[in-house]
Amino acid sequence: MAHEPAEHFENLAQQERASHLGMWLFLTSEVLLFGALFALYTGYRLEYPQDFSQAVHHNNIAIGTINTAILVTSSFSAAWAVHSARAGSRRGILGSLGITLLLGLVFLVLKGIEYKQHFDAGVFPGAFYRSEELPTHGANLFFTLYFFITGLHALHVIGGLTALTILGVFAARRHYSPENHTPLELGVLYWHLVDVIWIFVWPLMYLQK
Amino acid sequence: MNEILRRILFLPPQSSTIAPQIDALHYAVILTTMAGSALVALAALVFVIRYRHRPATPIPLAPDPATERGTRRVEVAGASLLLGLFVLFWVIGFRQFVQLESPPANALTIQVTAKQWMWTFAYPNGRGSKGVLYVPAGRPVRLSMTSRDVIHSFYVPEFRVKKDVLPGRTTELWFEAREPGNSSVYCAEYCGEGHSTMRARVVALNDADYALAIERLPPLELDLPGPVYREPALAGIAPPERLSLAQMGERVATEKGCMRCHTVDGTPHIGPTWLGMFGSLVPLSNGRQTVADAAYLTDSMMDPRALIHRGYAPVMPSYQGLLSAPETGAILEYLRALARPPATTVNAAEQAPLVPADAPPIRLPNELQAADAGAAQETP
Amino acid sequence: MTTAALPFDLTEDSHADYLRAQSGVRSWLNTRDHKRIALMFLGAVNLSLLLGGVFALLVRLELLTPERTLMSASTYNRMFTLHGIVMVFMFMIPSIPTVFGNFLLPLMLGAKDVAFPRLNLASFYVYVFGSVLTLWSMIAGGADMGWTFYAPYSTTSPAAVAPVGLGVFVLGLSSIMTGLNFIVTVHTMRAKNLRWHKMPLFVWSIYATSIIQVLATPVLGMSLLLVAVDRLFQLGIFDPTLGGDPVLFQHLFWFYSHPAVYIMILPAMGVISEVVCTFSHRPPASYRAIAYSSLGIAFVGFLTWGHHMFVAGISVLDSGLFGILSMFVAIFSAIKVLTWTATLRRGSISFETPMLYFFWFLFLFVFGGMTGVAVATSSLDVHWHDTYFVVAHFHFIMVGGTLTAYLGALHYWFPKLFGRCYSERWGMVSSITVFTGFFFTFMPQFLLGNAGMPRRYYSYPEQYQWLNVLSTAGASILTAGLVSTVVYLAVALARGPRASQNPWSSRSYEWLSASPPPQHNFLEQPDFERSPYDYHLPEPSAPGAAPHASEPAHSPGE
Repeated sequence: MAHEPAEHFENLAQQERASHLGMWLFLTSEVLLFGALFALYTGYRLEYPQDFSQAVHHNNIAIGTINTAILVTSSFSAAWAVHSARAGSRRGILGSLGITLLLGLVFLVLKGIEYKQHFDAGVFPGAFYRSEELPTHGANLFFTLYFFITGLHALHVIGGLTALTILGVFAARRHYSPENHTPLELGVLYWHLVDVIWIFVWPLMYLQK
Repeated sequence: MNEILRRILFLPPQSSTIAPQIDALHYAVILTTMAGSALVALAALVFVIRYRHRPATPIPLAPDPATERGTRRVEVAGASLLLGLFVLFWVIGFRQFVQLESPPANALTIQVTAKQWMWTFAYPNGRGSKGVLYVPAGRPVRLSMTSRDVIHSFYVPEFRVKKDVLPGRTTELWFEAREPGNSSVYCAEYCGEGHSTMRARVVALNDADYALAIERLPPLELDLPGPVYREPALAGIAPPERLSLAQMGERVATEKGCMRCHTVDGTPHIGPTWLGMFGSLVPLSNGRQTVADAAYLTDSMMDPRALIHRGYAPVMPSYQGLLSAPETGAILEYLRALARPPATTVNAAEQAPLVPADAPPIRLPNELQAADAGAAQETP
Repeated sequence: MTTAALPFDLTEDSHADYLRAQSGVRSWLNTRDHKRIALMFLGAVNLSLLLGGVFALLVRLELLTPERTLMSASTYNRMFTLHGIVMVFMFMIPSIPTVFGNFLLPLMLGAKDVAFPRLNLASFYVYVFGSVLTLWSMIAGGADMGWTFYAPYSTTSPAAVAPVGLGVFVLGLSSIMTGLNFIVTVHTMRAKNLRWHKMPLFVWSIYATSIIQVLATPVLGMSLLLVAVDRLFQLGIFDPTLGGDPVLFQHLFWFYSHPAVYIMILPAMGVISEVVCTFSHRPPASYRAIAYSSLGIAFVGFLTWGHHMFVAGISVLDSGLFGILSMFVAIFSAIKVLTWTATLRRGSISFETPMLYFFWFLFLFVFGGMTGVAVATSSLDVHWHDTYFVVAHFHFIMVGGTLTAYLGALHYWFPKLFGRCYSERWGMVSSITVFTGFFFTFMPQFLLGNAGMPRRYYSYPEQYQWLNVLSTAGASILTAGLVSTVVYLAVALARGPRASQNPWSSRSYEWLSASPPPQHNFLEQPDFERSPYDYHLPEPSAPGAAPHASEPAHSPGE
């Protein structure tokens, strides 16, 4: 089925071009979605420079950095899935997608542990903020943004994992060939976006002088 | 000419010193707008008639490069002309805007508090009014404004001034009423059910009437309970003490413990001294500097750790929720009083008496008495 | 989404027009045909227009007297809020792109459909869902924060703000889907030989609009999501008592909502560009000026949001920058106006209903646009900000511009959409009524603003009454005009004479298809080598063209 273009397309090349461009535009609008939050972060950081840098120190840099490493690795393994598809290796696709899924789950577990640590310290978002260590408005805002941004990112991770799982099922059913595996490419592209957003979150939320 | 245009355009009277300038630009811009749209409509009409479809005429000629170039030249010229005009509007408008944003140094400061759905005004002599703002005519007045709930906007059409009033921070607006008279205050930012009833009046008076008017006002009723301002122990025994707003600020500062860390004699303590702080350039721990204006000082009370004075530890707690808006205003006024060298420290109320002690009693305009009655009614 | 086969059932008669190619409710609800989706959107946005119009009328009736006329203050606040939200997010933003963009883009590009037909259908259902969610707030107690959602009022108001915030978020999703689909369609679905600079100008304007939709809508979505989540979970991100900054919300909000104004007006400009060329029977005075100024508006429009905040306490420097940038964006519109006017010159102008709408548009848009320059002048804006002057200004653009163009488009493409002709006489009369009503509704509002009446006022000082009465009277004339339009168009739909393939003798590509077009748009791929504005050449005989198509346009109403 995949070798035939949908009826409104002239040929397969046109369809592929359209799908790729569509995906890129979707990613652009995703970037702007997070862009709004980063703009908010910047605005508040300018208003509360001291509080923000103290709050950043409160975050668990080890978990943050390990998570970064995990996501970057998973991007490689996801890319390997596309490579395997080009090479026509079904086992390659399934293996690398499996590794990607596993890494994604580890990421989420670590994120959960980190949230637990925050909750234990009374660090909740918004009006529920109870931290005695950092009793400032700025810190409160920092953590509200922290929860919102990382939470939204985690939702994207879950979305990405779901997509990769479905693609894995299709791959297992031999839907992809070396010539035609556009959906797999697009799914992996999305996974890269999830990674790239985290690359921005990491320095903003964990790394400060 | 000014008067005719003003009436045609339904503009309110020009009661502030800046209004005539702004209106002059207003006329220029609006007349250009009208002329522009009339011109375009007219040109279109002429073309529609002149080039109307006639069955006899053949279908239009092939595009002729020479004509096209001519058209393009006209278009480029037209667009450049318009751009020049727009930039001119911007230059004049922006200069006026800068003027609107820069209160003169000698302006009298009145604290304004907005809440749903009422305006409260606090004068330098420690008196307050609701719903009616008394100002001296012929003197610049600066309003230092804050809100206790949502965003409001202080708008006096007759003065051509407007500024949003925000919770948690202080904004400023200034004007100079040209003559004694009444003007209306509207809340211009939608603020809920009573938005359209959130009106007040500005009553501009000559200096003598103004001094008398604010003397006759009741002492500022601060919303927080507490003995600080009213001296209830002395009530009935001593004549009620007349506190200026700055003096109230001094008391609030003492009561709330500010003086444990700040001094007013110029020596640094746990916190920087307040003497000469207002309006000075404060070095910050992040390497920058800021002017200690009302906005910075308010922020420093509400969120002290955001911008730290260089050389001091970030130990001050936040006073958000502990200081009401009038109390904050009073402390600001105290800081303002401390800004000046002691020899010239004056409060508006303590200035050379505007009304000599032996002057004959001044008859207030009926207007003013009516205003008082209105204010009394509006105060539940 | 692109691999599955479309439900174009080849056993059906593929020569039949798209309206009759398949029948039954399911063939509509489950269609992937861009033309049918366009018609479903037509129904939906017209319903929104009706709803928003009813709210507007109630608001105007309440303002007949200085105090209570019909309803309480809290009802009034809910009415103007819903009026704004419904009109902006459910009518103005989707109107021209989803109806005419959807219908015409593939026809103008020589494609069988948009790039992602299923996404297109999804966009419709997402729109419906978002609208229902938004309107559900009415039952849930009504929302009263105004369409601008200013915090902290929106986060503390006792009314049902959250469903509206979420509803508009969902509507934004639909808007992004549409925009994305159109951008991809323009890039990848053009017919062979159709180069960028031969695309009809309407395509350029839709393309520019789509860019704004994809880039700006997510930011609005995020801001409103924050407001909604704030209400549901006390996030306090804009709450000053938790250190939040309400002015930051305004920055985020206007970062979207100023470009959103261009989402609303750019498609209207595209319609006007098509109408003026068709009825002048000549190419645009400068094709590139119109095409590129659309892109210029889309780009510079992103840098002007701060002019909504001159009195909100932003710095003087910011005000200056936003002020001058706003002047630049006005120039692009001025270039368009000059080009349209110049296009009339040396044309051969036939004057029919769409042309009348063009005429109104030209006048109202220039007036509205110039008053935009006026309010961008910072010192003048201090007086006008949040008064009826601003209300009048943006209604001149939104109603005088977009609604007028929408009506113009409806009349211009009506024969193409439905294959029927409407009564030209009724068209003219209603158009004049609409203009008269519009003029009397909003002209007094400029004066009210000058006189200092703030917007969103339920009660007002008595000196403002007679202008308000005039405005309400105008609104009822406007209503009469719109109602009569609905009536004669409905009559035309049912009993109008058959339209020829190209009743206006246009050269644009969409007229090369039959009226109404067959299911796959073109039975035989037409020649896209020629320009869509080559009025100096003999009219091409399109494949399957009716023999009388080359005659000069005559509407049967005459």
